[in-house]
Amino acid sequence: MEEKKIRKVTLCDICHQSKAVMKRPKNLQKLCKECFYHVFETEIHNTIVDAQLFKPGDKVAIGASGGKDSTVLASVLKTLNEKYNYGLTLVLLSIDEGIVGYRDDSLATVKRNQIQYEMPLEIISYKDLYNWSMDEIVSCAGIRSSCTYCGVLRRQALDRGAAKLEIDHVVTGHNADDMAETVLMNLLRGDIARLERSCSILTLSEGSPIKRSKPFKYTYQKEIVLYAHYKKLDYFSTECSYAPEAFRGTARELLKALESVRPSCIMDIIYSGEHLVVAHKKKRTTEKYKNKPKKNIETEVNSDGSVNLTKKTDGSRCEKCGYLSSNKICKACVLLAGLEMNRPKVNIENNTAVEGSAKVMKTLEQLSF
Amino acid sequence: MTVEQTNQVTLLPKGKAQAVEQISIKLEFGGGLHLLFNSQPKHQVSLPKRISEDESEAGDDKPVTVKYLIKWMKENLLSERVEMFGDGDGVRPGILVLINDTDWELEGELDYQIQQNDEVVFISTLHGG
Repeated sequence: MEEKKIRKVTLCDICHQSKAVMKRPKNLQKLCKECFYHVFETEIHNTIVDAQLFKPGDKVAIGASGGKDSTVLASVLKTLNEKYNYGLTLVLLSIDEGIVGYRDDSLATVKRNQIQYEMPLEIISYKDLYNWSMDEIVSCAGIRSSCTYCGVLRRQALDRGAAKLEIDHVVTGHNADDMAETVLMNLLRGDIARLERSCSILTLSEGSPIKRSKPFKYTYQKEIVLYAHYKKLDYFSTECSYAPEAFRGTARELLKALESVRPSCIMDIIYSGEHLVVAHKKKRTTEKYKNKPKKNIETEVNSDGSVNLTKKTDGSRCEKCGYLSSNKICKACVLLAGLEMNRPKVNIENNTAVEGSAKVMKTLEQLSF
Repeated sequence: MTVEQTNQVTLLPKGKAQAVEQISIKLEFGGGLHLLFNSQPKHQVSLPKRISEDESEAGDDKPVTVKYLIKWMKENLLSERVEMFGDGDGVRPGILVLINDTDWELEGELDYQIQQNDEVVFISTLHGG
């Protein structure tokens, strides 16, 4: 005989009708599925409206990786665009770094999203843009600096992709956990310059005509994952084959541990980051004493002791690739020039070592004796 | 999809004559966690219906709990690095647990008493987006 048990059911804190299925980390509210969808979407809508991210008629590119954040972002923006008549044209923009066994699989997800959300998709590949895939870069420069290369190259690739689509606004799926993680990392590294601006929802970097914004700035990762799960969204989840920055990983674990003790700490860290004003350091000035053409020309010395030789002017371009850059040669070109010097001169025919080197490394890692 | 009703009866090893009644539940892994479990996203497993007071083995003291399930998974199901899944008696921070599609935080977490045909889903939130 099966013993019958009376189960306690927790009702939703908002509608008091349906069974609560989740607990919000932000305020510990217990919500049913429908109320959760409503609250989740409305909060993002309010963030967008408060920050005045969009104007009717805007064309916006969604930086899409196929992962949970960007997939939910595409889904929610589509929903909100229709519900509140934003009047936006939404496009998916993906970067193919050329990492066999990782990006190729996630791009397959983006291609399915393209159909599911009825949005055009543009894929920009490192190989086409720079003549280097990440697999090749790693096999040449080693795995340690992979994130540095990838970060610099991706930034420019996103800009170029947006420019190609004649779009000046890219939205990314960075969520509240990511924001808090970045604040924490900048704090731990003493990176004051970044710390101050790491919390802005809309950024316009120097030398780039493309705006970037983060509509999920106040959205918890847990809720993004739950939204994707309950809505049965099609997303891809595998860590990049190349080791993620060890320091970021540690900061993330610390944050997760803190969150389990005090769930609101993620919002609290963002709040702290937003209200942090760094006292302006007096600019150190050096007088030019040689070849004085005029009197009292001062040179700005950067915090790391370097000096900018070329004057920063808007609209200056990289001498090598012609892309907008505040320096004579853009960062991507500097990195690529360094790589080019080390590129193997002779290629062994049918050499498959480069393609999928990440995959091979993963397989080797899992071998045990 | 219907879950097959199974009432497996297994004999306890030596000495104990009475049969241990088992319950069958469904496990699912998302967010890349399946890689730790033989790369299989779905599993059907049997657990003893009742366990000992300290929740360490089959017994007759109380109904089987999530705490027992996680311990059992670590010993019997996990094929990769245990630290990627477990943390103390529970799971690593950043892994969501859903019991019959409800956040386990609403169901008593480790103390939830598992019923026949329950579905437990583990989703990692730690991967990049």
